[in-house]
Amino acid sequence: MTVLDFTVVIAIVSFVAGLLGSLTGLGGGVVLVPLLTIFFHVDIRYAIGASLVSVIATSSGAAAAYVKEGFSNIRVGMFLEIATTAGALLGAFLATRIPTSTLAVIFGFMLLYSAYLSRKPRPAALRNLPQDALATRLRMNGSFPEAGGQRSYNVQHVPAGFGLMFGAGALSGLLGIGSGAVKVLAMDQAMKIPFKVSTTTSNFMIGVTAAASAGVYLSRGYVDPGLSMPVMLGVLAGSLVGSRILVKAETESLRLVFSLVILALGLQMLYQGLGGKS
Amino acid sequence: MSSANAREAHSASPPEAWDDRQMELILGNLLRVGVMLAAAVVFSGSCIYLARHAHETASYQVFRGEPSEFRTISGVVRSAGHGRGRGMVQLGLLLLIATPIARVAFSVVGFSIERDRMYVAFTLIVLAILLYSLLGSAKGI
Repeated sequence: MTVLDFTVVIAIVSFVAGLLGSLTGLGGGVVLVPLLTIFFHVDIRYAIGASLVSVIATSSGAAAAYVKEGFSNIRVGMFLEIATTAGALLGAFLATRIPTSTLAVIFGFMLLYSAYLSRKPRPAALRNLPQDALATRLRMNGSFPEAGGQRSYNVQHVPAGFGLMFGAGALSGLLGIGSGAVKVLAMDQAMKIPFKVSTTTSNFMIGVTAAASAGVYLSRGYVDPGLSMPVMLGVLAGSLVGSRILVKAETESLRLVFSLVILALGLQMLYQGLGGKS
Repeated sequence: MSSANAREAHSASPPEAWDDRQMELILGNLLRVGVMLAAAVVFSGSCIYLARHAHETASYQVFRGEPSEFRTISGVVRSAGHGRGRGMVQLGLLLLIATPIARVAFSVVGFSIERDRMYVAFTLIVLAILLYSLLGSAKGI
């Protein structure tokens, strides 16, 4: 393939990944690395570097829109970013030492987990939780606009959330993904933060977390300009278009299709990782 | 914390939330401008790169690692200054990585204005980790 063909094809694939990722809320980064490695035979380290860059682009690009909605909790985000950035740094250093076949296997499991998580129904949000001493000291409790006024919430289990966030950051640094799924899990399940608040806060954090590992990837020579440019521009354009079109009715079937794609890619990554070098 | 204190914190929350929200709005717009600027630089660089190398063979199957001109800030700036397409793409990517770092740096200012010392400290920790990653990690390990 010539450079021009390659660039155009990768830009289109990235655009579709960004579009679907934004429409389904599952993120485009999670499918990019497997697509690049399985179908374009890109070395997984280059793929991770390019994906990481696109994760920053979508997170920062969508931030203004999310802020306007007024859901995100900047204190929760900033406090947890200590955990995610430290984790991301660890993950990025690990990625430079782990064999690529092992990276593929970890990625495969991550995809299977994401597919599972995307099908699992969300538990109903608990209301009127008591104030947690630590969360109150950290001034994390907040409120967000809802039909009929502001709804306030009390954050729970800060240490558990912090620990999970360290793990989310490490996965993000290791695999070059936003790992929004783990972040939302930590904030939803452990810290009992309302879903709208956790998704928008998570979007803010994803860019900062990815930046923490991107520095390591760049200085290690894992970020290739020729590959990163169509990926970054494609994913960014796709996610911006995705955030403009509202296809509420179609989202559910789209999510199903996308999670099946994630499942298939996960199995293929496992197969490659285990078969490639065992 | 006593219940009287908690109630006081609660009644004080609307103006505080408003400050946070204003800060976030500024930060959100800052991020968007940063991303658009980065995308424009990446796009210009890719035009130069494609004009010169469109018909070469693309190969990413074998990992070689990037040359030093694409992996250090000074190398990238020099390469972009010489009008090299890939150097410009890399400069755009550096700008992109800098946008969330700038957001964290501005948050330090925002929390200082709110006189929230605890969160100024937390934000400085995050900023230190980010700067170490970008500037110091090449030498480490």
